[in-house]
Amino acid sequence: MRARSTWGQALVLVGPALLLLVAIYLYPLARLLVLSLAGGADGALGLGAYRRFLESSVYLGVLLRTIRISLVVTAVCLVLAYPVSYVLSRAGSLTLRVIMVFVLLPLWTSILVRTYAWMVLLQANGVLNNFLRRLHVIDEPLRLMYNEAGVVIGMAQVLLPFAILPVFASLRNIDPRLHAAARVMGAGPWRRFRSVTLPLSLPGVAAAGLLVFVQALGFFIIPALLGGSRVITLAMVIETQVVDLLDWSLASSMAMVLLVVTVLLVVGFDRLLGLDKVWV
Amino acid sequence: MPRSLVTLVAVSKAYGRTIAVNKVSLEVGEGEFVTLLGPSGSGKTTTLMLIAGFEQPTSGEILVRGESVVTRPPEKRDIGMVFQSYALFPHMTVFENVAFPLKTRRVAGPDVAKRVGEVLAAVRMAGLGARYPRQLSGGQQQRVALARALVYRPSLLLMDEPLGALDKKLREEMQSEIKTLQRELGITTIYVTHDQQEALALSDRIAIMNGGDVIQVGSPLALYERPATDFVAGFLGDVNFVEGVAAVVSGELVRVQVGDGPEVLTLGGPPLAPGKRVRMTIRPERLKIESTTPAGPNAWRGRVREVVFHGELVRYGVEVPSSVALRVTRPFRGPDTLFAVGQEIWLTSRPEDWRLFA
Repeated sequence: MRARSTWGQALVLVGPALLLLVAIYLYPLARLLVLSLAGGADGALGLGAYRRFLESSVYLGVLLRTIRISLVVTAVCLVLAYPVSYVLSRAGSLTLRVIMVFVLLPLWTSILVRTYAWMVLLQANGVLNNFLRRLHVIDEPLRLMYNEAGVVIGMAQVLLPFAILPVFASLRNIDPRLHAAARVMGAGPWRRFRSVTLPLSLPGVAAAGLLVFVQALGFFIIPALLGGSRVITLAMVIETQVVDLLDWSLASSMAMVLLVVTVLLVVGFDRLLGLDKVWV
Repeated sequence: MPRSLVTLVAVSKAYGRTIAVNKVSLEVGEGEFVTLLGPSGSGKTTTLMLIAGFEQPTSGEILVRGESVVTRPPEKRDIGMVFQSYALFPHMTVFENVAFPLKTRRVAGPDVAKRVGEVLAAVRMAGLGARYPRQLSGGQQQRVALARALVYRPSLLLMDEPLGALDKKLREEMQSEIKTLQRELGITTIYVTHDQQEALALSDRIAIMNGGDVIQVGSPLALYERPATDFVAGFLGDVNFVEGVAAVVSGELVRVQVGDGPEVLTLGGPPLAPGKRVRMTIRPERLKIESTTPAGPNAWRGRVREVVFHGELVRYGVEVPSSVALRVTRPFRGPDTLFAVGQEIWLTSRPEDWRLFA
């Protein structure tokens, strides 16, 4: 009796979100799957579209580049996020609030606006290059746009908050008495960091990495604007297939492959660390 | 007292205008077990943190073997510490936790294994080295924390309410184990607690703290029998407070009038003039209930208001004239020795069991 009413309550609580997800996510996804399988010449179901995708060295190259860029962006984000999170976790409440506003600021402005801003900053005659030239640090303008460097810079900036917040949460959750205990047992600052802080913050680092990587895989606007035609990512190819070439079945198969890669990663991560531990 | 290991000289700690520790002076001898006892906010934990080096005194001097350690950070003070929440590293096994202080001291590998094994055996945790803290019970975590604090043989062991999270039975068990271990190792220990029973059971000496001050320092017996203030009397053990007016002072003996009711004959404390208002205390176990008219002084007529049976002892609430309510504790010696609620009785006490505070 008790169990049934609990289940009923759970259903009522989860129901609305579940309905919404089914309507706007699961149903289109199912349609996508069907589309991707309807790629035969005669419209019959089959794996034709997948074959066209995975047997083309061009498309495979794009997939690999997408994964590579996402990995680099993830690494850059984690390296930049850790020190910021560390400072945040030790800050007083006022400092914390100020830094937090700056961390979250990127999320409050349109991604398009920010990307155009990066273009102004990074182009050959842009703010950054002119500044460096005036200081005589460089003679020739640095190539910061229409290559992977530009894409990585733009994406890392957008995704940085998603790296900072989980790492900050995990650092904040470390019991300060553990540091006191390590100290009194003779551990200096470096050993305290290496043996206590770092290992205990790793689940947060892993969560941050996953969050950034999965989002980076699907990025479109930034690679399109900052990478131009030289840095094609999978999302851009999908867009071309849908908008220009009208090969929806190939586009769907690419989306499905990207989804499978993402799901495999999440499952692998869960096996390794346990997603339930990440947010505690 | 043995040679002094730790000496606090007029140590004060202020946070802004709040004075947490007020000119505390204390000497702790080699091998001694000293407890800082007081209610929360009394400054006992802050005093411990000053000794550990996590806090800096605002003024005063902390000496270890005669040498000032005020500017020395905690990691250089050769101290073992057990925290209230144990502070075990959750990502390390029991073995790794206990080995940690040896690693920071660059003890060689085989030595580490040997010493960790010895100390785990000493706290009866041998064979559990591969477990993680979350797989242990509260008592076991406590033992590991103790082992970790002892394994590097620090010259001083600090314990901050280490048994606070345990249930009563386990707490009493751990008390006797801590005491045994401390005596065997002869390690100087400073222990912080708000539990007076624990302080009495464990300590060689107790420093009673209140509002940042050390009120009195002495052996458990001395503090229990000769409290310097009524605060000490009330904090350490159970006590009855009775107020009255000194009527007759003759040498050692003082006769105190309580309201318009009974008189109390006590041994005097501070010098008194007749007519002065005084506060007196007597422990519940020093009051005696009798059913027949007794001889001698301090025999009061009273009525039993409450009987609470605790097993080995019985607590009575007794009312004597002038509406003075007294608690009386008697050992339980069989059902036919119990007094009943509403029963008229006599209450007697010896003059030397009363304490007088002006």
